[in-house]
Amino acid sequence: MSARSSTPAIAALRQQIAAMEGDGGRSRGALPFGLPDLDRRLPGGGLALGCLHEVAGGGNGAVDGAAAACFAAGIAARLPGQVLWCVTQADLFAPGLEQAGLGPDRVIYVEAGDDVSVLACMEEGLRHGGLGAVVADVARLSMTASRRLHLAAKGSGTTGIALRRWRRQQDASDFGQPTAAMTRWRVSVLPSAALPVPGVGRPRWLIELIRARAGESFDLELEACDGTGHLGLPAAVADRSVAAAGGRHGAFA
Amino acid sequence: MRRQADDTAPSRDAPLILAGRVGSRRVVTAADRIAQQQGLHTGMPVSKAQALVPGLQVLPASPDDDAASLERLALWVLQRFSPIVAVDPPDGIVIDSTGADHLHGGEAAMLEALIGRLMMSGLTARAAIAETWGAAHALARHGPEPLHVAEVGTAETLLARLPLEALRLPLATLASLRTLGFACIADLLHQPRAPLTRRFGPDLCRRLDQALGYVAEPIEPLRPTELVEVRRSFAEPIAAAETIARYIGKLVVQLCAALEERGLGARRLDLLCWRVDAHVQTVRVGLAKPQRDPQRLTRLLCEKIETIAPGFGIEVLSLTAVMVESLEARQVASSLLETTAPDLSGLVDVLANRVGARGVYRMAPVASDVPERSVTRVAPLSDPVGVGWPDHWPRPARLLPWPEPIETVALLPDHPPVWVTWRGIRRKVARADGPERVFGEWWKRDAELIAVRDYFCIEDEAGERYWVFRAGDGENAGTGSHHWFLHGVFG
Repeated sequence: MSARSSTPAIAALRQQIAAMEGDGGRSRGALPFGLPDLDRRLPGGGLALGCLHEVAGGGNGAVDGAAAACFAAGIAARLPGQVLWCVTQADLFAPGLEQAGLGPDRVIYVEAGDDVSVLACMEEGLRHGGLGAVVADVARLSMTASRRLHLAAKGSGTTGIALRRWRRQQDASDFGQPTAAMTRWRVSVLPSAALPVPGVGRPRWLIELIRARAGESFDLELEACDGTGHLGLPAAVADRSVAAAGGRHGAFA
Repeated sequence: MRRQADDTAPSRDAPLILAGRVGSRRVVTAADRIAQQQGLHTGMPVSKAQALVPGLQVLPASPDDDAASLERLALWVLQRFSPIVAVDPPDGIVIDSTGADHLHGGEAAMLEALIGRLMMSGLTARAAIAETWGAAHALARHGPEPLHVAEVGTAETLLARLPLEALRLPLATLASLRTLGFACIADLLHQPRAPLTRRFGPDLCRRLDQALGYVAEPIEPLRPTELVEVRRSFAEPIAAAETIARYIGKLVVQLCAALEERGLGARRLDLLCWRVDAHVQTVRVGLAKPQRDPQRLTRLLCEKIETIAPGFGIEVLSLTAVMVESLEARQVASSLLETTAPDLSGLVDVLANRVGARGVYRMAPVASDVPERSVTRVAPLSDPVGVGWPDHWPRPARLLPWPEPIETVALLPDHPPVWVTWRGIRRKVARADGPERVFGEWWKRDAELIAVRDYFCIEDEAGERYWVFRAGDGENAGTGSHHWFLHGVFG
């Protein structure tokens, strides 16, 4: 992929497409995850800033949204500035978010009554421009709403994360509907890293990039955010040779 | 408010009365709780009271001071609770809670907050919410409970049981009604009106109708002269949202000019819309920091236009800064290198006025081992706390509002569960960490003296991680019920 982006013809085409999309070719840059395996596969070498991104949990995570919240907190923690977190039910546990890197002084919570006002508050936060990131727990996200949010994020350069979380497991099929978000992630929990003694090791996630504009989707097993919001590469994968690791994702290696 | 608290000379332990003059007699005008327990009551001669109770403290009553402090209290209520507040002499305050109760989480919560704040400052108060001024007045003074929220449509049944004094009638009328054998309001309700009016004048039936809501009784809101207020009357009543927005814009510019003259910034703004049918519609917006930027204030007010019901039209708009703080111009950082933190107060104001001031907050740590008590909400723009929580143990990303009971199979006293069943799904525990013992906070409640919770982090075979605890230490039944609960979900 790195070879592809260096071709001048492709770069020129990309600029043309960006001009057609209306962002004037102006890019806000990207936030690298600090993992070459992950960053290499993302357009721009990281999570595009000043855009809307979607994150959902897999399995039971679609309802409790715990792993997705940690993933979003890890991203927000590595962006400078205050973070606005819009929720409908106030069940986020601040000490847990702090362990994902997002300290209590950096998060302003907004508890709105319903999904519509959550989206309105999120848009308000994205338009303001003084925030580092805006995260919102939303269930339904229509194309129109996501387009509004995406444009608001583009206008001010604030990164928005729509944390998709549903009341019931059945409603999670909504995640297949198209939205204007730049990327769409699904974070599912995996059994934690094995320890030589009884106990629970560092949590592991299966991180799936389901959709990315100007990029290809992939999935990757990673270790959960540490105290600074950085994801980790599992030891077993880190020690393997490139050829062995590429068995599953050979097309991208 | 039965009495004004005198926090200066008199001691709290000795009985205290206030003495006033009626004609040439000195009578008791107010007695505190201790004095009332010893048989003193208002209206009794002071000399008799002094003879009955040795060591009685007597202070001269000063109705003017009482009225002044009642007005101060009403102003305080105006600034904090509701845009329409008036003094109801000699001992009451009347509040129109319409349009203000949602900011405090409902009528009952608002009443509790109000009474709680008054009690903390040493005042004994009784309060009631009802459909009419008259009914609320009666219930607050003569109702069975000190706090009462009357359901809609129950005014008549509630009032029927109350004595005649509840009707705000002159003493002479009360005395002659009692002579005629009337004891409570129920006796009056179904009497023919004509003879009553001929005997007592129109006042009796008017008060009765006001209490029952058949006759309107507008509240003239308290507006002290020092408040910054601008108003505009219209020759033709206005109703369209755009027109209201335009005039709000004009009023805000005037208000900001008035505030700038005095070097003030608004913390709370009230927009009162007087309709042609004598109803008042109110809009209240709060600000996190003092402001006098017309654009920002106009935006906050215009967002609330949809809550105004113009009815047949609005003839007067008045805009008041009920709470102001000094706001001086200050220089912003001029250095090229220095970057100032972005100003979030505008955003916080917009959000707080949309979802209510309670809905916008930050979390701050509290020194407590009990998880649900270890976080507290602070104002969104308060100073950074700087410290977080202890990092010894992993903490879940989502904490359930209440621990949910689960079924488990576990070895006592200190093994983690082998199976758990939560919300009807049975999971086999593959790995677990714990126990982390949390002791009850004995200094808070007696019940927590020996209470214990043992927290475990468990992981099922699919990798789902949960935070569960057992109430009790597994050995001593006094430390808890030994039931298991699920308290959080790890990410």
